Amino acid sequence: MKKSHILAIGIIAVAVTIMISTAGDTSSYVTFQEAKNIAENNSSTKVHVVGTLRKDDHGQVQDIHPSPDKLSFSFVMLDENEMAQEVYYNEPMPADFQRSEQVVIIGSYNKDLFVADKILLKCPSKYQEEEIKAS
Amino acid sequence: MIHTFIGDLGHLFVILSFVSALVAAFSYFKASSLEDFAHQKQWNTNGRIAFGIHTISVLGIVFCLFSIIYNHYFEYHYAWSHSSTKLPTHYMISCFWEGQEGSFLLWLFWHSILGIVLMFTSRQWENKVMTIVSLVQAFLASMILGVVIPLVNFKIGSTPFILLRDALDAPIFTMQPNFIPQDGNGLNPLLQNYWMVIHPPVLFLGFATTLVPFAFCIAGLWEGKYKEWIKPTLPWALFSAAILGLGILMGGYWAYETLNFGGYWNWDPVENAVYVPWIILVSSIHAMIIYSNSKAALKTSIILVISTFILILYSTFLTRSGVLGNASVHSFTDLGLSGQLLVYLLFFTIVAIIFAWYRWKSIPTTDKEVSTYSREFWVFIGITILCLMGFQVILPTSIPVYNTFLGWIGIISNIAPPADQIGFYTKFQLWFAIGIALLSGTAQFFWWKKMDKTTLVNSLKTPVILTLLIAAIIIALTGISNPAYMLLMICSIYSIVANGSILIKTLKVNPKLSGGSIAHIGVALMLIGILASSGYSKVVSLNNTGLLISKEADDEFNNENLLLFLNEPRTMAGYDITYRGDFIEDREHGIFINKNDFHTTKYEYEVVAKTNISKEGFEYYQEYDTIEIVPENTYYKIEYLDSDSNLFTLYPRAQVNEAMGLLASPDIKRNLGKDLYTHVSSIPNPDEEKEWTEMEETEIAVNGNFFVNDYVATLTNMERIERVEGVNLSAEDVAVKATIKVQGETRDYFIQPIFVIKDGLVGRIPDEIPDLGLKITVLNIHPEKGTIILGYSTTQKSWIVMKALEKPLINVLWIGTLILMLGFTVAIFRRYSEFKRA
Repeated sequence: MKKSHILAIGIIAVAVTIMISTAGDTSSYVTFQEAKNIAENNSSTKVHVVGTLRKDDHGQVQDIHPSPDKLSFSFVMLDENEMAQEVYYNEPMPADFQRSEQVVIIGSYNKDLFVADKILLKCPSKYQEEEIKAS
Repeated sequence: MIHTFIGDLGHLFVILSFVSALVAAFSYFKASSLEDFAHQKQWNTNGRIAFGIHTISVLGIVFCLFSIIYNHYFEYHYAWSHSSTKLPTHYMISCFWEGQEGSFLLWLFWHSILGIVLMFTSRQWENKVMTIVSLVQAFLASMILGVVIPLVNFKIGSTPFILLRDALDAPIFTMQPNFIPQDGNGLNPLLQNYWMVIHPPVLFLGFATTLVPFAFCIAGLWEGKYKEWIKPTLPWALFSAAILGLGILMGGYWAYETLNFGGYWNWDPVENAVYVPWIILVSSIHAMIIYSNSKAALKTSIILVISTFILILYSTFLTRSGVLGNASVHSFTDLGLSGQLLVYLLFFTIVAIIFAWYRWKSIPTTDKEVSTYSREFWVFIGITILCLMGFQVILPTSIPVYNTFLGWIGIISNIAPPADQIGFYTKFQLWFAIGIALLSGTAQFFWWKKMDKTTLVNSLKTPVILTLLIAAIIIALTGISNPAYMLLMICSIYSIVANGSILIKTLKVNPKLSGGSIAHIGVALMLIGILASSGYSKVVSLNNTGLLISKEADDEFNNENLLLFLNEPRTMAGYDITYRGDFIEDREHGIFINKNDFHTTKYEYEVVAKTNISKEGFEYYQEYDTIEIVPENTYYKIEYLDSDSNLFTLYPRAQVNEAMGLLASPDIKRNLGKDLYTHVSSIPNPDEEKEWTEMEETEIAVNGNFFVNDYVATLTNMERIERVEGVNLSAEDVAVKATIKVQGETRDYFIQPIFVIKDGLVGRIPDEIPDLGLKITVLNIHPEKGTIILGYSTTQKSWIVMKALEKPLINVLWIGTLILMLGFTVAIFRRYSEFKRA
């Protein structure tokens, strides 16, 4: 066998390993119910859940509880099926958190609590302002 | 009045640049395909004129857009949404690339300049190379065309010269079509940084220069000169790699200084989208060097050069089409150009594939088997590793693309990118980096002479022993224990030692040839810097108490942030950390002024000094002076006392931005060995009303003392004042200002409440010391007794939540970058002089 063939086989082997590993490490967008099922089967898998914050009739965000030392906080999020779930985040509350239109949390269930490792916020569009101040 | 002329002129230039690019492409194409010399010459002249007109129109577009921004013509959407009257001139340049249209313009601009340079330097290649360049320009110009094709109602491109009233559907324009806003929305505050003035042009020059190797390669395939294109391409490819690499690292440096994710690289899709083309570009350079030396790897060179340019187009598609959606924090907003971008990408992909396919069989190859003891073999392994590095990154980065395409054929896919991106990428990139370090050290020895087993062992002996010695010392001193990190450290040191010994030899023989070894030393230093600063980044503010957060979760969580109350020191990881107050920057001298030392006025940009303000013995302002400030940013003074009793101060800053929330930027204490990086993670919400305690009262005479919130306070002065901010005083009205000195823990504070009698009615204007959480009001004045009644209430003291990280050896990364650039520069000169001699 020529060296170039061995090399080619080597490259293919590494490329396949990369592909399998990528497929294994990808996360998925799920609902809270699915996330719970995943946690019951294999507790360590991290998932993405997309949802919104719970608001009252006046549009005020409800159920946000910063810890007394302000270093972490928990909140209630509604997923796409309107299922409510308490989420804990071990970082100070992002300043624009309450104004976010959409929240993506990445993490997993720890018993009945969803522990987020990362929060992505989708805020009202930064540059496409609809309002003009007529002053 | 609406300035329609400048916008119409700009739009005319846009159309002219599009048409002239097409004409140039056609003329150069004609010149390329004609045999007859006279006709060829004629079409070549036409092409040159058309491209000249194209370049002038691109400059015209830049001029028109800049004058719209510079003159604050807010009737234009671009000026309104990216600039404001208060924006300093040097940041007006940054307005160009905040918007997507402007960044296309920047790209067009660089291509035009490169086109002019190529016109005069590419000699016999001119016609074919310029055909490709002009065609690319036509595609790019179409992105900012902003023309709607009648009948089918299809919009091509998005013009930067659109008027606000046409861009927005605001009701005010129906009533007042000529309405012009007073001010614009301003530039994204994160972009108001000097790096953001120079990083985008450098990065886009990097993008633009990848076109040159591509154009030469296609011209070579077209002409049937399969090897000759490499000589003129090599210096360009090196230049491109240098500039693109510099642009990427400038972006990393900006992120490190301005953003607060604690580093310079986040594996964000937008970052990955430029990392991959750069890696492939570097591998294409290696392939071309193999070819120049041994006539092997010609096909590899062709594939890699083409791939680099296609990957640049793909990254443009990723970041600008909106396909990334939620996956990235900083892609551009969707302008509805995705279709056009896809056509741009596919057109050049298909053209390149057709040329390569058509010529594949006639491209010369070498049949001889490469020896394991040849440099070609080892460099080729290196190229393979680089390609795999790129492949491992582009595969998951494209996940949103798979979801979108599957969506088009009706399959709903919910794949998300890996949850732990840094861990995921590091897992592979680390091992590839070990391979690169090892090869870049070893392959250099093969460069020099014919090798066999014995000579190899002999020449490797010294560097290997030296490496192991140095590595042993470093590992013993630093205590690296992770085997993969240890291996990367050893291999990087080996690369430095090996390339260093080669460098010394080359400098003696011919310094011109030293580019390769210098560049590889730079890369090895970068690897060490990355390894140390990322692998051994330490959270200084780590709170190890391990709180059990609730009954539902049974894991303990350590906090990486620290809550600091004003003037209350906390001891953390060998530092005493104290928060010392909030500061504002003075516009004139750039000094920081404590927020307790001035009154605000109704103008956001002006404050009035409460006391004399001096710094290091120099008095900058006296009491009652009006000071012009930069109101957006608040600087939080944080004092550090390290274990060796060195005292230093950091001023991390934050601004509460209406559109974007809390924008915190770090302050960095730079040391040779490690950086200390600090940013605030949370501050009291400025919109939230403070909760004050119930007011207590005291009656006091001038120079009398009283206690307030455990601080000693003295009424130092009472005076009648003539003017009160926001109140019109007549001759009968009276206003009295009390000055009270409060002795805080570290300094004295002044508080100045005002008592007003206007038209027989009493008005009380309280004053606050935010640092002490204290508010005092003059409740009443008893002139007969010479006393006044003061009311005081207290609130929670100022606090911040902050995070501090140590970044060891990060400077080695920046130094490595500079050395890499030096290596590229040396190599460019060498390859350019080879091209000139040819």
